Parts: sequence; C-alpha cells; structure tokens
Amino acid sequence: MTETANTNQPFAGLELVPRTDAKQTAKDFKSDQEVRWCPGCGDYAILAAFQNFLPELGVPRENLVIISGIGCAARFPYYMDTYGFHSIHGRAPAIATGLAASRPDLSVWVVTGDGDGLSIGGNHLIHALRRNVNIKILLFNNRIYGLTKGQYSPTSERGKITSSTPVGSLDYPFNPISLALGAGATFVARTIDSDRKHFTEVVRAATDHNGAAFVEIYQNCPIYNDDAFEPLKSPQSRDDRLVRLRHGEPIRYGAEEEKGLRLGKYGGLEECAGDDEGVVVHDASVEDPSYAFALSRLDNEEFTHTPIGVFRAAPRTTYDQLMREQIEEVTRKQGEGDLETLLTSGDTWRIT
Amino acid sequence: MQKQIQQIDRVIIRFAGDSGDGMQLTGDRFTSETAAFGNDLSTLPNFPAEIRAPAGTLPGVSSFQLHFADHDIMTPGDAPNVLVAMNPAALKANIADLPRGADIIANTDEFTKRNLNKVGYLDNPLEDESLADYRVHPIPLTSMTVKALEDFDISKKDAERAKNMFALGMLSWLYHRPTDGTIRFLERKFASKPVIMNANVAAFKAGWNYGETTEEFSVSYEVKPAALPPGLYRNISGNLALAYGLIVASRSSGLSLFLASYPITPASDILHELSRHKRFGVQTFQAEDEIAGVGAALGASFGGGLGVTTTSGPGISLKSETVGLAVSVELPLIICDIQRAGPSTGMPTKAEQADLLLAMFGRHGEAPVPIVAARSPSDCFDAVLEAVRLATKYRTPVLLLSDCYLANGSEPWRIPEIDSLPDLQVEFASEHNHTDEDGTPQFWPFQRDPETLARPWAVPGTPGLEHRIGGLEKADGHGNISYDPDNHDLMVRLRQAKIDGIARDIPPLEVDDPDGDARVLVLGWGSTYGPIGAAVRRVRRNGAKVAQAHLRHLNPFPTNTGEVLRRYDTVLVPEMNLGQLSLLLRARFLIDVIGYNRVRGLPLKATELAGAIQDVVDSART
Repeated sequence: MTETANTNQPFAGLELVPRTDAKQTAKDFKSDQEVRWCPGCGDYAILAAFQNFLPELGVPRENLVIISGIGCAARFPYYMDTYGFHSIHGRAPAIATGLAASRPDLSVWVVTGDGDGLSIGGNHLIHALRRNVNIKILLFNNRIYGLTKGQYSPTSERGKITSSTPVGSLDYPFNPISLALGAGATFVARTIDSDRKHFTEVVRAATDHNGAAFVEIYQNCPIYNDDAFEPLKSPQSRDDRLVRLRHGEPIRYGAEEEKGLRLGKYGGLEECAGDDEGVVVHDASVEDPSYAFALSRLDNEEFTHTPIGVFRAAPRTTYDQLMREQIEEVTRKQGEGDLETLLTSGDTWRIT
Repeated sequence: MQKQIQQIDRVIIRFAGDSGDGMQLTGDRFTSETAAFGNDLSTLPNFPAEIRAPAGTLPGVSSFQLHFADHDIMTPGDAPNVLVAMNPAALKANIADLPRGADIIANTDEFTKRNLNKVGYLDNPLEDESLADYRVHPIPLTSMTVKALEDFDISKKDAERAKNMFALGMLSWLYHRPTDGTIRFLERKFASKPVIMNANVAAFKAGWNYGETTEEFSVSYEVKPAALPPGLYRNISGNLALAYGLIVASRSSGLSLFLASYPITPASDILHELSRHKRFGVQTFQAEDEIAGVGAALGASFGGGLGVTTTSGPGISLKSETVGLAVSVELPLIICDIQRAGPSTGMPTKAEQADLLLAMFGRHGEAPVPIVAARSPSDCFDAVLEAVRLATKYRTPVLLLSDCYLANGSEPWRIPEIDSLPDLQVEFASEHNHTDEDGTPQFWPFQRDPETLARPWAVPGTPGLEHRIGGLEKADGHGNISYDPDNHDLMVRLRQAKIDGIARDIPPLEVDDPDGDARVLVLGWGSTYGPIGAAVRRVRRNGAKVAQAHLRHLNPFPTNTGEVLRRYDTVLVPEMNLGQLSLLLRARFLIDVIGYNRVRGLPLKATELAGAIQDVVDSART
C-alpha cells in the first residue's frame, strides 16, 4: 500500500464497525436489480471495482450503507446488496451525517456526482468535509449533467457546447480537489474509472482514514461527454500528463520518469527534470494543506499535469467521535439523566 | 403608616422598557414569584427581532405581560391594569392597550426632553393632562436605584442597570409577591460577581422598601392562590415543554434522540435547551442550513433513531423536499414548526397560525402528513408525545405546529407522574416477512401492517434485511423501483389511506356545550385555545349559549368532525390567519363555516372575540 499515508492504520475508519471472518466475494454485494446505466458508462467499472474491493474489508453486508443523491451515479445503491438510501439531489452528505453521527457501527458511503455534490449540494459537501464526519464520499466527476440530458456542470471546461449552452458555457469550473482541501477535508484523493488497480488503492486508503474522505473519480460519460478524460487514458499521452502520487516517494512522471515536480515561486509547484535535486517527496500526511492545495492546482482544463492518488491524509478526531465523547463526558460528570429530576427542575410548588 | 390591603381576583401587569432594560428578565422573575405563590398565570413576552435596536426608540421597546389570578385563566389578558414604563418609548408604544383607570408607573428619570423628542412627544405626558384618564405614578426609578447603591463599589452604569430590580422589588411589594426566589436567583446568576450580585439584591430590596414607605402607593393588592387541581406544579414555556417532551418521548420509545436544526427565531430555544441534556444521550446537531437539519434528522431516523428537526415557517419551506422524501420512504420524522408572522421574514418574534396549509399541502405530489397542534405552552409537552407516537407507529413524518406565542409564553404546568407517561416502545423488524415462489425467505421493506398500513422499520445493522429505499416510486411489497402505472396509483392511495387511517387511532373531537342546546359552535386549533376559551366564558356569563371545540389533530381530522359541525346552525372558526382551517373544513365537509381572522402578530383578544361570538349567537337566534 505505497500510496497510503503512514499516519493511518489499516481500516482505521472502521474502528467501531463489526467485522466478519466469513468469506465474502464481490457477488455478495450485488443486488438482484438490473443495472441500468448506458452501455460503456464509466459507472459500470466503478461499481465492479467497488464490489471487488469490499470483501477485503470484512464488514458484514448489513453494516454497510450507501447513500446517494440524484443523478446517474446516484443509482449506485440500488445495485449494492447492502443497506442503501437513494435520497434527494445534493442532500446525501446531510443524510449520511445524521446516520454516521448516530450509528458508529456502520460504514457509511456517499455516492455523488459533479452536479449533485458540487452544484446543488455544494453546501452540504463542504460542511461534511469541514466537520470531518466519518463518511466516505465518492464523487463521480464526468464534467456533464447526464440524467437531465447533457447540460454543462460546475466542472465542465469553459466554452463547452451543451444543450443549455449552444454557443459555449461561460462559467469557470470548480477544481473539486482544491474545493475539498479548502473546506478542510482531512482526506482528499483522485482516481480514474478505467484504472481498477489505482481505484482500489485509493478507496482502500480512504477506508484506512478515520474521518471524512473525499475521493474524486474521473468518470467517462459515453453519451454526453465521451472521451472527456482521453488525454489521461490514451497510451500516447497519459504518461506525460498523469502525475501519480505515492506517499514517501519523489514525484516523478513521464514515460521514463524524466520529469518531476519541485517547489516553485509563490508557494506553487513547478515542473522540473526528474533528476533535479529539488524534486518533492510526496507526503500526504502534512498537517498544513498548502502543499496538497499546490498539488491540486496543477490540474487544469487541458490536463497538462493531473495528479492522481492521495493528496492529503491527515487525520484528526472525527465529529462523531467528539459528539460521543461529549455525551460520555457529561454523563460521567453529571450522571445519567433522570426524567423526574428533569421535569421537576427549577421552582416548583405543590397544590394539595 | 399601616397601608390598606385590597383583595382582587386577578391583575394584568405589563413591564415595558428598552431592549437593554432587562424587561424579559424582570417579567420572568415576577412570573416565578407569582407561580411560587400559587396563582394561575399566563404570560406574553413581546420583543423586537433586533437584539439592540437604537436605545429609547419605539422599535426598541420590549415588553412582558403577565396575567395572574385566584382562579384558572386562559390568556395573558387583553389589556393591562398596570403598565410599568421604563422610558417614553415604552409609554408611547403601549398606551393604546391600556383601559381607562389603569395604573402607569413611569420612570421619570428617562422622561428627558431628548428621550421625549425621540418618540415624538412635544410635551412631557407625565406633566400635561394627556394621561388624565389613568392613575400615573411618576417615580425616579433610575436615580433612586443609583442612590440606593451609592455605597457599592460599582460604576454608575452598573448601578443604573439594576433599576429593573428596583422596579421588580416595588411591584413585588405592591402585589405581595414572595421574594426569596428572586434573591436566590440573583445569587445564582451573579455567583461569580459578588459585588454585582449584592448590588442587585440591594436594588431589589430598596424597591420593596420604597413601595412600603412611599405615599405614592396607598394600597397594596392581594391575589389569593388559585384552586388548581392537586399536584406538583412548575411554570413552563412552550419551547421548554416541547424540549422536555422530546426527551421523554426518547426515553419512552427507547429511541435515541437526534435533533438536527438550524438556528431560527422563535425555535432556537429548543435547540439550546436540548443541547444542555446530553446526559440523556441526546445528540444535538447544528446543521449548515435548514435542509441539512431535516436531512440529518432523516438520516438518524433511517438508522433507528428519533430524528427531529425544529424550525419556523421559512425553514419549513426549505425542508419541504425532504419531508416529501420521508413520506415516500415512510420513515418516522418529527418536524416542529414554531410559527411566526409571514410571509418571508415577516415578523420573526410575533405569532401567527398561517402555516397550516403549508403543513398540509407544502410538498409536491400527493404527500400527506399528519399534523398535530399544541394549544397552550404546557400542552406542547403532550402534543410532541402524540407526534412521536404517530410518527413511530405509522412510519411517517409528522408536523407539529406551535407558534411564537406558545413558544415564549408560559403557564403553570402540573408535572406528570413518570408512571403516567405513555409507553411509546417501538419494535424494529428483525426477520424476513415474505417467502418467494421457490421458498426462499425474503425481506420486503414495503410489506405493510394490515391494520396500520405501516411498513416495517428495518434499521441498518440488521442481518438479512438489507434493502434499498429512495425517492423513486417503489413497487408495493418488495419495494424495488417501479414505473408501473397501476402500482403508482396503488401506492399513492396506500400512502394516503395510511394517514387517513390515523383518524381511527385518535380521540373524537370533544365538544364543550354545557346545556347541550347551543346553536353556535366555536371551533379552533392551536394557540387560540386560550383566547377562545376566555371569550366563550365571557359570552356564557352574559347568558348566551355557545359550544366550544378545539382540534389537536388537523390531519387527519377526528372521525366525528363532520358530524359535530353539522350539529350546529353556525360554526365560527377564529384563527390568526385569513381562514386556513375554514378552507379545509369547507372543502372536506361542505359546511360554510364563518371565519374570525386577525393577523396582528399577537394572540387574539378575548374581549373582541367575545363580541364577535355574541354577534353570531344573536344572529343565529333571529
């Protein structure tokens, strides 16, 4: 697990979740519902990779919950034989927060998309990350609205021609990694739908993280935004563009690892030769998010450099744990609540 | 000089001053003393939404009205017998409510030319003839307080701030209130500032002594304790009663209370109160917005908790979509709407009942929700227990309607015996409930209870019952996504039938018709209970016959509602809106009820309403 920050223990995010020794397979997590995404949709690969990964956790199916909002990605829970909740556009992080904060014995996952998570639900996303509730958020970013038939999304590149922008979109896009880091996310990562090995490593690292984990997944929409991530997938171009982040290793890329990243002016990162002595050694555990933010700014609309892997994994106490501790602390100091004492508190008088 | 003591059966006092004058605290203390003395009482705090409006201006006036009596009373009273006016603004803002002959105790120190000009008085009303119809007691409260505290090592400003305690002491003498409680209160409140504590106690005692020695008051008044039913009592406001009700509901249902709310006037006090009771295992979550509040509450319900969100009208508008989701996935959820005057921001600290139709219809699609309304401050306790009973038994969101008047107003509450509290125990699903064709046991999340039509509540963590729920239409029984036209028609009707069926599980509408031959019925809901009750009494005292009934359940209505309405020639429906219950009654029962509607942001006035009832009775007779 070279990509995992060393500050996290294996499956630290599952500390209070029961585990089973019973043998599990991917099939155990497939529901009997027919999967209804478009042929060639990146969601299929993600679903299969996720189902293949889960047996590794050893979490009983009944302790897994997947909560989604609205959109193509949001159909995900229906295809998983776990507990699931397909909720309202943008609101999954809020619902997941209530569930995770009240049920530490559950492994709670949020499946969202660029429209669901960054547009209509942007507020809930940033606040869930800020609070550091122990939920794992998988954001499928296809840079388009699929289910509503192809309007531009908050991650679409500028000038995009879509059904709602026939002469080109005017909006500047969000960088989801920068946004998550800005919101104070303690775990931030990016992966790609077509790279199952990498996806599995990143999701595993998210599970190793005790707290809110944000995973952006570049996902292809074959109908409305086909080949949006082609520069990162094509054998001709990907090596020069994909910057694979590995905790504890120098950041080098290119077919021969002939390029690297070093600290630039004004706190940013810049390209250098692979053998430059200033090549940065990746450390996802740095408490100060400035470095991870600098990494996130390398990505642009043209994918000149696109880091993938774990940008940041710097755990801090989760909201749900703090909430439990407060209750325990108060109960220890004051004793368990007694109804009669409560109702008769303050000034009382008796009428006989 | 031995002063005369006069026996009276009731009195209405209004304390009014600047927002910074401590009028709410003064009112609260006087109320506690009155409660401890054993009078029946009812209070009406009335304050601006602004925390500190410019000093001495009309918008900055804050008041607290207390009605107490030697018999049971139903309202904080229409018109004060006594106004304590701490400045010219307080006098100007309240004078119109005073009947002739009322006492005005005015703090002359604040009646300066500058302060008079601020509120548009050209001459000092305490000195001209404009208050000739009242008994004016001009008293330099501020300077007497400062003088009483001259030996204390405190600033003049701190000394001046104790003037409300001086006023409280004086009123306590005037109405024979016990003082121990207030002294204990001050000792607690200022425990960390002994000098301030002693100064306030001294100001309070100085006020009392002033009352006893001054010739300004030749008479003091005694209001004997009221003969209330035996039991242990405390004074309680609606929001406090609601918070206690939720804690009790959590205990008696065995469900962990998860309150997720966004701050909003006048509901925030419930969040504040519950956040103080972590020792009951209560989880309070201050959400990033109203939508997240109801979302997190629903998430907790999905996990088998008692998910609750508290808000006011603007918050209900934002939560609508999630309430609709809760209707669709059929999970328990409590949504408390502490109504305030709308639309939009409206008047955030004033009362209204104009969210009834929002509660009833404020969702897209056919999305019926039970509605329970509290009728008095202490009744918020029972109302929320009923809301929880319905929500958990029928797996449905329930809207609880309170309002600003109930939330902040208070009354004596007979504390229930713990053994007498309802058992709300809930059972989660633990087993398969269906067998498929080849004999495999299955769990069908939408297999309903034949009697209640409620679906099983299977919480995550239960092995073998893994299932998916969501906002898409579900097939009857197994609950998988379904676009089948007949299934949708069936599910819409089933969800409606489930809520309609609650009518069989609630008490019939009770009518108070002493002689059984009234021809006019006054029907209300919510916080108009007090004013309607007081008005009906008044009309009956005049010899008229009138029946009264009050709805606790607004959806569904009790099964006998139509029959009750049809029993009377005329049905009068007083509401603090433009006729929302009237609309529902006409639509449901084809009875043309008569509305009595006031939207002044204040409780209905019993005297005015009594006049309206009398008119209806008179015209029914002809």
